[in-house]
Amino acid sequence: MPKPKYLIFLGCVIPYRLSNYEISARKVLGKLGVDLVEMPEYNCCGYPMDAINHDLMLTLAAKNLCVAEKQNLNILTLCNGCFCSLNETNKILKEDKKLREEVNNHLKEVGMEFKGSIEVKHLAHVLAEDIGFEKIKDAVKKPLTNLRVAQHSGCHLVRPAKMVNHGDDPENPTLLKNLIRLTGAECLDYMDETECCGNPIIGVNEEVPFQMAKEKLEHIRTVQAQALITVCPFCHMMFDMNQPRIERAFNEKFGLPVLHYPQLLGLAMGFSPEELALNELRVKPSMLLEQT
Amino acid sequence: MSETQEYVPSVIKAEEMDPKFKYKMSKMYGAEKIMLCFQCGTCTADCPIARFSGFYRPRKIARMIQLGLKERLLSDEALWLCSSCFTCVDHCPQGVEIAGIVRALRNLNVKEKGIMPLVYKELASNLLKGGYVYEIPESRHKKRTEQGLPPLPKPSLEDLAKIFEFTGSIKMLENVKTIEKVKS
Repeated sequence: MPKPKYLIFLGCVIPYRLSNYEISARKVLGKLGVDLVEMPEYNCCGYPMDAINHDLMLTLAAKNLCVAEKQNLNILTLCNGCFCSLNETNKILKEDKKLREEVNNHLKEVGMEFKGSIEVKHLAHVLAEDIGFEKIKDAVKKPLTNLRVAQHSGCHLVRPAKMVNHGDDPENPTLLKNLIRLTGAECLDYMDETECCGNPIIGVNEEVPFQMAKEKLEHIRTVQAQALITVCPFCHMMFDMNQPRIERAFNEKFGLPVLHYPQLLGLAMGFSPEELALNELRVKPSMLLEQT
Repeated sequence: MSETQEYVPSVIKAEEMDPKFKYKMSKMYGAEKIMLCFQCGTCTADCPIARFSGFYRPRKIARMIQLGLKERLLSDEALWLCSSCFTCVDHCPQGVEIAGIVRALRNLNVKEKGIMPLVYKELASNLLKGGYVYEIPESRHKKRTEQGLPPLPKPSLEDLAKIFEFTGSIKMLENVKTIEKVKS
């Protein structure tokens, strides 16, 4: 079988403050035989602009898709938000001829045209569909059998259901759970797993997202998970970077390390914590590393 | 206005109601099915934001559109509390895309009232200036090299400026009034 080849779409927040997600994803994907090609140029996926101007969001997303079409390569995103806007724009512009015409009118001015010739996938989809569970299992050299973790897939990996055609159930997502189990770690069920992290509104209101995240952290503590595993930089920031602030706001102590999935998989594949940039996590995973 | 007054809205006057508003909304992308809402309340019951907010109620938003209470809707800052998790979209028994409707209302708020939360103005301005919604400092670029990561591609700022122009976004940013924080 030919090596899977993807354009890696980094988005904004990963290069801005979550290089550890990128570093670990590149390590793991490289070892698993995925050929990652850099986007020759790109801009914000468009997602953050949807609230203020839907046309702007569509045009920004479509422009990125055109860059990928020119390379004749599918896009791999690490961020749920980028996946949401690029995948949805790709899908609706392929289906809605009138809308495609409108967007192409904008794109013509920058010398581009949306043709609808590529696909957009999230890291989790590439792992499950292009590499496959068997091959990932074979790559696990140090199974994390002593580890009990919880997962948070994040909304935009599975919702809105009619836009995401990768077979996962948004009411009971199992894709990330199954990917976690391949590492040898136990993946625990907990209360209200599918609830949103709250991060998308943190710029306009902190109280509500803090309460949402605090409740989630409590549910995860109840089942005694040793770490939380995410596949979205925004969810990750909510639970890792903001965890000390949430602890202060509610006079609580969680001390729950939050790992990007490729960091967990990377440990199981035999990469060192340094190679996976685990030192860049806000909540230090030292207790967890002693057990691996 | 005290908080209790917001829980009990003032009496709705007939002249406040724009009977055509729901038709206008149903022409906006994502809001096409607004007329099908039969007020079951699933959206509010399953909304993660409504659980912790005293003001944000998607069911109420849908009803206010049907009643044509445009001015009340557009002056309600709670619109900006939706986290676009799409739970309401997936759960609505009538297929009404509530999150799409909230997005359409926000867009309308920006377009007609020239109002948006400050954070969006900042994100849009960064995007126009550098291609990313966050300003990535030189130290970050340097660190990428140290960490063995490939350099970030240069976004085409000229093209971005054009896209902002065509989509009316330059004008939108110039005249906008901003909201600092939205109370919950």
